[in-house]
Amino acid sequence: MINMKEINLDYAAAAPLDKRVVEKMIPFFTEHYGNPSSGHTLGEKPKEAIEDAREAVANLIGAEAKNIIFTASVSEANNLVIKGLVKAGKKKGNHLIASSIEHFSVLNQLKTLEKEGYRITLLPVDEYGMVNPKDLEAAIDDQTVLVSIQTANSEIGTIQPIAELSAVARERDIPFHTDAAAAAGWIELDVEKMGVDLLTLAGDQFYGPKGSAALYVKRGIRLMPQVEGGIQERGLRAGTENVPAIVGLGEAAKIATETMSQRAGKLTAIRDQLKESLLKAVPNLHLNGHPEQRLPHNLNLSVEFVEGEALLMRLQMAGIYVSSGSSCTSQALKSSHVLSAIGRPPELAQGSLQLTLGPGSSAEDIPYITEQLAEIAALLRNMSPLYHQHLKEEKTNASVQ
Amino acid sequence: MPQYSDKVMDHFTKPRNIGEIEKPDGVGEVGNPVCGDMMKFSIKVKDNRIEDVKYLTFGCGAAIAVSSMVSEMAKGKTLEEAKKITNKQVAEELGGLPGNKMHCSNLGADALHKAIDDYMAKEKVSAG
Repeated sequence: MINMKEINLDYAAAAPLDKRVVEKMIPFFTEHYGNPSSGHTLGEKPKEAIEDAREAVANLIGAEAKNIIFTASVSEANNLVIKGLVKAGKKKGNHLIASSIEHFSVLNQLKTLEKEGYRITLLPVDEYGMVNPKDLEAAIDDQTVLVSIQTANSEIGTIQPIAELSAVARERDIPFHTDAAAAAGWIELDVEKMGVDLLTLAGDQFYGPKGSAALYVKRGIRLMPQVEGGIQERGLRAGTENVPAIVGLGEAAKIATETMSQRAGKLTAIRDQLKESLLKAVPNLHLNGHPEQRLPHNLNLSVEFVEGEALLMRLQMAGIYVSSGSSCTSQALKSSHVLSAIGRPPELAQGSLQLTLGPGSSAEDIPYITEQLAEIAALLRNMSPLYHQHLKEEKTNASVQ
Repeated sequence: MPQYSDKVMDHFTKPRNIGEIEKPDGVGEVGNPVCGDMMKFSIKVKDNRIEDVKYLTFGCGAAIAVSSMVSEMAKGKTLEEAKKITNKQVAEELGGLPGNKMHCSNLGADALHKAIDDYMAKEKVSAG
């Protein structure tokens, strides 16, 4: 292949670290390698750096540094929230509520708890992926101990009305958790304005390192540690701190706080142009997720009549990297639970493309992406029984008229 | 994305015999959009042989490659020979398929057999 373009439209899966983040991390691998728990000088610099990072992460979400706990992933942090809160058992009850489009690190825990005898309510979402506060209100009972609703959906980009939802829970004095993994660093977050008691976020979603994540725990919320051992992180998460990762998370948070509107604005503009261009060029293309209330760097489309893995493979041959909610592209061979929750029929869920922008995204690539997707969609449709059926139906309708 | 053999990639990128036969002698459909794969085979039969075979496929890379391979394997065979083509043989001809694709995408031979059965049922009616 000659001079093949390489276009990453899957930055949500992984993005390169901001160079400033890497530079900040490097000394903590070799020079300042000390253990923050040490009583001697070698631990001083790392300890200080961790506290700086805590401050930076707190700033990103309008929190106080003392309420931030570092973990190695949002999955871990979400486990600490849900299992930790249930095990702490401060509020008696056996009922938990979440949205039906949460990440598996929330949903799978709830499944486990259900097997242990807890009652779980998964709230429905509308066609755009929005949770209705009225549904939350109706689901709460005197046994409810936790409500967990994501800030934004990583797949379809829909942003939830968290302040309205948390108000419903607060009225009944029920702790409210929001998984902000997809949203942090991209939209303004403020734990006070959002009214949340627990918030989880990941550094690798805003150009920080993989293996860096944080949890905000409001004063007064009790959690049982899920990794027991030493008393690192206020005793909530044992284990020697991953200092370079935490430093990287802190720096990424600092940069995100400073440049969020600029960064998001740039990608929103490209995303909107890309969306318009694709919708114009490819017939029977459907937007998934909310038209306005969505993450700046996220676009999700269903290419009707074709299957996602075939699209993904063809796009890869053209140097374009995307992901899909089709069953063939999932390890579990199940199509996206998110697309099913917003009411997309199976054939549209199978043909979904999740496009996420990042530092390498440029409006200059839009014509090429558009041309390729239009060509690939036509090629795959030409061999699709669903498409041929659609053509026949169109013909029949036309002749009836 | 699964690791596919060169043969699978070849059939996926250059699928053979795509389409629908006009006035086919037999048609066979398998799968549905829920599982992610659908195949529709149509055949033309002459002197007990599959003179022509075409297919339409909605599905992943494996499903497309499988359909293409089945069409190549079936063309020119007698109906009895074609009935003996198994999904396993198709996968072997393709240089193997990833484990998780063996069941959901490897339906080409089934679709072909259905098309042959359809033809035979019609023949029976016209003969009777």
